Amino acid sequence: MSETKVVYSLCCMCTGRCPIMVEVENGVIKHIWGNPHVFGAKSLCPRGAAGVAFEYDNERPQYPMIRDGERGSGRWKRVSWEEALDFIADKLKGVMENHGAKAIALSDRGGPHTELHKLFLRAIGSPNYFTHHATCSNSVHNAHMSIAGHARNTVGYDYKNCKYMVVFGRNLLESLITGEARNVIDMISAGGKLVYIDVRWTYTASKAYKFFMINPGTDYALVLALINVIVNNNLYDVDFVNRYVVGLDYLRAFVQPYTPSWAEKETGIPAEEIVKIAYEASEAKPSVIFNPGWMTAWHEDDFYLRRAIYTLNALMGSYEAKGGIVIAKGAGDAGFKIKQPTSLAPKVTEERCDGAGSKYPWIRAQWGLLQKLPEVIESGEPYPVKAYIAMRHDPIASMPDPEVWIKAFDQLDLLVSIDVNWSWTSWYADVILPESTYLERTDNVIVRKGLKPQLALRQKVIEPRFDSRSRFQIFKALAERLGKGEYFPWKDEIEMVNWQLEGTGFTFENFSKKGVIDLSKDPIWYDRSNLKFDTPTGKIEVYSEFLEKAGIPSLKPYESPKAPPENTLRLITGKKALHTQGRTTSNNPILNELTPENHLYIHPSFAKRIGVKDDDLVEVSSNGVSERIKVRISPFVHPQVAYMLHGFGDPVPLRTRSFGKGASDVKLMKGKLKVGVGGNCPLFETFVSIKKI
Amino acid sequence: MSKYIITQDQKRCIGCLACVVHCKVENNVSYGARFCDILPVGPKDINGVPRILFVYMNCFHCEDAFCMKACPTGAMARRDSDGIVYVKDDLCIGCKSCVKACPWGIPQWNTQTGKVFKCHLCMHRLDKGEKPACVEGCTTSCLTFTMPDEATQRTRQIYAERIAENLKAMLW
Repeated sequence: MSETKVVYSLCCMCTGRCPIMVEVENGVIKHIWGNPHVFGAKSLCPRGAAGVAFEYDNERPQYPMIRDGERGSGRWKRVSWEEALDFIADKLKGVMENHGAKAIALSDRGGPHTELHKLFLRAIGSPNYFTHHATCSNSVHNAHMSIAGHARNTVGYDYKNCKYMVVFGRNLLESLITGEARNVIDMISAGGKLVYIDVRWTYTASKAYKFFMINPGTDYALVLALINVIVNNNLYDVDFVNRYVVGLDYLRAFVQPYTPSWAEKETGIPAEEIVKIAYEASEAKPSVIFNPGWMTAWHEDDFYLRRAIYTLNALMGSYEAKGGIVIAKGAGDAGFKIKQPTSLAPKVTEERCDGAGSKYPWIRAQWGLLQKLPEVIESGEPYPVKAYIAMRHDPIASMPDPEVWIKAFDQLDLLVSIDVNWSWTSWYADVILPESTYLERTDNVIVRKGLKPQLALRQKVIEPRFDSRSRFQIFKALAERLGKGEYFPWKDEIEMVNWQLEGTGFTFENFSKKGVIDLSKDPIWYDRSNLKFDTPTGKIEVYSEFLEKAGIPSLKPYESPKAPPENTLRLITGKKALHTQGRTTSNNPILNELTPENHLYIHPSFAKRIGVKDDDLVEVSSNGVSERIKVRISPFVHPQVAYMLHGFGDPVPLRTRSFGKGASDVKLMKGKLKVGVGGNCPLFETFVSIKKI
Repeated sequence: MSKYIITQDQKRCIGCLACVVHCKVENNVSYGARFCDILPVGPKDINGVPRILFVYMNCFHCEDAFCMKACPTGAMARRDSDGIVYVKDDLCIGCKSCVKACPWGIPQWNTQTGKVFKCHLCMHRLDKGEKPACVEGCTTSCLTFTMPDEATQRTRQIYAERIAENLKAMLW
């Protein structure tokens, strides 16, 4: 007799954390669907659906290993969990005795499932928690913090009711999250207009009301011209601006030189179209979204572009408006209090090693500046960092300058890789700890913030297939070995979940029915006449005294982007529905089958110049680094741009399907381990030369 | 002809291939084979915006099926109750006649068994009252599993509402 069951959980094929419904038969996962109680259908994107193939793939670390040879030699010995954890704890103790706890750093990929890593660092007393956001959303995050006191993701977008949305290179329908893509399609189906701006045509562009192929690096010029038209013609929401915006006069004076006809020369977008966008958006206000983007590690000065985009939203009065940018409501807004594990340990007051929040006061410490870490490790300044835990994160493969990382890692006393995948970082690690997959473990309760906040839980669907452990088990065991066990007082994950829910009237069991717990029956809207922004003035600071005092202008006078040096193109990278997270998706048996490698998309004019045709193999080079990749020729990519899908050119032989396939974008981004104004690496300031092989 | 129809709303389709992946997982479709597929055609410039058509293809379950006529063993069979054309695995000898006969390239080659397999509209799911996996898992719910009369009625309704919208200044 076969035994079937359904388990509700949260996906982890990318960082979208979509609610899922998993069908299990006799202990084997048969299918993963979207959670119909959340989506109204069993919809789930192709990566989520391929989670079954991920789970049953054997190409992942299966037991703890300690290095048994030179770093990078690929020689390992299998050890027991006790041996691996003792080894790590002994090394960490040594580092703490010699250099203090702050000499221990940890990086992950951010999000709400990082509670236990952060708790561990707090428990031992290290301030050096990092996320991967240096190569993702640091600039948009820090820009929003500086202008409105909001993180990138403490607001959401009311797409369904939006009447007019302008999107700058955020490929919503390919680099997609199931719920977001559904909502954007609902918006378009309901007659909402999408204006899409990018340096290449995408599937999102194909659904747009208008698409403009903008000259690379000139988005800021377009945004300044839009502001120019809006303030000079009084197209803004006067009530909202009077109430909440600081610096309108400053803004008006600042944008005067940036007329539509000036912007046409910079951006290549006709002046009358720019004027039209401003008028059309104004007509639809406040149900307007100027989408500020997500992966915004574009340029050194990206921070100002993002501040200017948020300024457009403020001018439209779209904050907390139906069809606009809505402030994400949490458990507290619905009258519930969820306890967070990190609250058990005191905040670490010691200064960070990367300068976030100190040397760079406008860059929030919460996400850090991971690009600074190799320099800190090498120089020992401002103080030594001697141990590094890469938690489900592969800095060598996902940050620029792998050789800089590898050289820095040589200075470490301990490098630990905790992952569900083989990673390049694990290749250099001293210890590899296999984490149980998202289908094999239970994590902390998270709040799905929004108009109707919900609680959601990732819970164990099946027993681990290999000798792996959950992040809860790993960090609890390490804390105990370091004498900090009191900060992990729970016996297991379920006890932690129930502790988080104490006082709410809910328990772990409440997730079994539909996977999420609704905290509010009705949408929660704040009173638009009484909004509070977490800035020094409590308002939206288009002019920010805080920034000016730190030597950072509120908006920076526009400078034309550097033109590509002769015979080079600007390298731009992106995602598609099948591949977003290089580590998790590129070697997946099904996703790899459907897209096994990436290609270099170039304009026919450039293809002609270098004499290549579709599928020719080329050598792409930048700053002495070369990669090999096949060419695709398309008139729908800007003539100054070479585009490739992120996450390929896999250097790890154990990942047999993706190993050596296509090219690595980040390897080509040599010298980009820099701190842009917004704390981002300037990844899209990479120029490549291309020659036929 | 099967009595069912799968319709696709082009406006909602984003070419993500979730249908293909859900199908592959559900039906354990081996490497290289696809029961259903999305074929992007384009982009082509239409009034200033390059548009793309995502053509969804699965088996038509023809009334006078080329694959059935070509099959020498009776492996390619029709389910009487609803007209679904499916492969009787134990009768297939792997001759590939059906692969050659089908004008739409529907029958697929299973490298693991050395036999043909193809879309059967997830018969096992239909029998439980569920929809085919491609429809069920579609990211944007652009696919609909329905009956021809329902599908045409829906098309008429959408058309009627659009007309009403266009005429509303005159009418109301």
